[in-house]
Amino acid sequence: MAITSPERLWWKQPVCGQEKLWISIALVWCIFITAIMPYWHFFGKQNPSQEYYRVSPVKYGAIVDKFTAKHKVGEEAGIPVVDPPPGDIFIAGSQFVWHPILKLKSGRTYRLHLSSTDMVHGFSVYPMNMNFMAVPDMDYVLTIQPDKAGEFFIICNEFCGGGHHTMTGKIIVS
Amino acid sequence: MEDFRVCPATGLKVHKPAELLIKINAVTAIVFILIGGLMALLLALTKIPAIHLLPSDLFYRFLTLHGIAMLVAWIIFFEAAILYFTSAVLLNCRLAAVKVAWLAYGLMLGGALMAAVEILIGNADCMFTSYPPLQAHHLYYLGVILFAVGAILVCCVFFGTLAVAKHEKTYEGSLPLVTFGAAAAAIIAIVTLAHGAIIFVPTWLWALGVIQHIDAPAYRLIFWGFGHSSQQINVCAMVAVWYLIAAVTVGAKPVNQRVCRTAFVLYILFIDIASEHHILVDPGFSAAHKAWNTGYFMHLAVLASMIHALAVPSAIEIALRKKGHTQGYFEWLKKAPWGNPSFSAMVWSIAGFGFLGGITGVTFGTEQINIIAHNTWRITGHFHSTVVAGTTMSFMGLTYIVLPLIFRKEVAFPKLAKFQPHVFGVGIWTMAIFMMFSGSFGMPRRHWDITFSDAAFSIPFDQTAMMALHIFGVGAIIAVIGGGMFVLVSVATLLIGKDIK
Repeated sequence: MAITSPERLWWKQPVCGQEKLWISIALVWCIFITAIMPYWHFFGKQNPSQEYYRVSPVKYGAIVDKFTAKHKVGEEAGIPVVDPPPGDIFIAGSQFVWHPILKLKSGRTYRLHLSSTDMVHGFSVYPMNMNFMAVPDMDYVLTIQPDKAGEFFIICNEFCGGGHHTMTGKIIVS
Repeated sequence: MEDFRVCPATGLKVHKPAELLIKINAVTAIVFILIGGLMALLLALTKIPAIHLLPSDLFYRFLTLHGIAMLVAWIIFFEAAILYFTSAVLLNCRLAAVKVAWLAYGLMLGGALMAAVEILIGNADCMFTSYPPLQAHHLYYLGVILFAVGAILVCCVFFGTLAVAKHEKTYEGSLPLVTFGAAAAAIIAIVTLAHGAIIFVPTWLWALGVIQHIDAPAYRLIFWGFGHSSQQINVCAMVAVWYLIAAVTVGAKPVNQRVCRTAFVLYILFIDIASEHHILVDPGFSAAHKAWNTGYFMHLAVLASMIHALAVPSAIEIALRKKGHTQGYFEWLKKAPWGNPSFSAMVWSIAGFGFLGGITGVTFGTEQINIIAHNTWRITGHFHSTVVAGTTMSFMGLTYIVLPLIFRKEVAFPKLAKFQPHVFGVGIWTMAIFMMFSGSFGMPRRHWDITFSDAAFSIPFDQTAMMALHIFGVGAIIAVIGGGMFVLVSVATLLIGKDIK
């Protein structure tokens, strides 16, 4: 029994056929699912970005403010709306808002810089349900190509303080 | 010899100081599951949109307390009891360093209470993860550190007891499989708690103002070496408990101990590295790094679980067939002791951990799939399947064995006890499945108001996912009732249960 010492020479007991078969199937399956991740990485079209840079929250805030001032076309719910050309675009999570609101064009390629000016935030695009982390000290660059027009909301899905549930944002694709 | 009594049922020599420590740790664990369960009820009633009970600040506060009370206090106090039971009791041995074991208990209790009080008075609304730069009061971090130091001492006492047993020759040959599994859990625990020390000590100093800055990405990496690895202790302890319950309830004997023990070694070697799946959609780590740690190594630990998934049920089937239940493929299953709450809790645990928790965990641990699962309610559903439907269920099953064996009391309200695992199982499965269902629509975890009534944009959340929240709520309430039955039976057994001579 499992609660008493095993019989002598337990390590010499041969593994029976059924156990061997099960372990073999499990091992093959484990190797298969291990291979999926690199396979998708090379042949799939939707992988987490590997591009990131160190940036202090203060500096990132300044970059976003400059970007916002340059491309501002209006305001919605007190949040500035920007209409930038394809290329580098910026979004920041700050307690408790995602800013600015981005106007993007379907089919164009953007380098979306994602970071936080204070706490750790979760960047969740609704209703597409894609999720990335916005971590202070890190500029996370996601290369994106919107392929559908419409309004997409951003939900913060990492707890970032008392007003966490009010933290939303928007991306408008035309 | 007056320190020992002989168990009339098993003939085992039981060291009385060890017995007392098992009792006190188990009772403390049950107190914390009561606190955590009360929080669970309030949180679930807030999550149901039609009730939305708590204000937002209390919701986050109680969510933090729920995490600490359940994931840390309930589970680890119970594991301390398991470590003392599998070493001193199963090996017929005295417990090494009884005073150190009491010191460990004092540190753990003091630490847990310190953290809990800091949370309750509003000094630590930071969740179980406490990601900097979000800062809690320094006493909160100190509480966690004291608890962790106590838990390390528990592991030291356990290994000390193994050494004493070997030296005093209280058993022959190799360690029993259950003790071996507990030893694997204790090794994982030491690695885990070391991660906790590496990250919580500087964070504590940061909260005191001694250190200026905690690097957020580095914290996330090392924290998960503690935060997830501590769940790997649970996996390992839970599997050891499956073997224990199967042995006690039906006399199950694993087909091949070499296979089972190899699987435990695989856990020790590979399971901790798998914790990196928490940072799959984080900046700061290359794809090669993520794929190596979460792909290759995680799946060797998964292989270990797959081995136990055959070894435990096959041992049970063989034992039941030997009792004469040999008709057809499934007579043994029909004639299994379903009325025994230990046995039924173990079956719920095996099925819940394997089919709900394990499969979802392996899936979400893939980099690309993690994009659609990370920080959604899918994750919450996943770990309620592993830690609650899996670990907690198995610990409940073990409690029904420990009550007569160590507390020497007949289980009170036996009819209630008989149904308890089924009520809790149905509740927790419903709850976890509908958490994952809502999460697949992108419903965020740790979120007070999914209607976004105070937000800049009131996002019209998917109605199907909103409806699932109500089914989740029903499941959660059933689970709380099942948990309440467990606490009631346990406490009643202690207070009014008949003594076993």
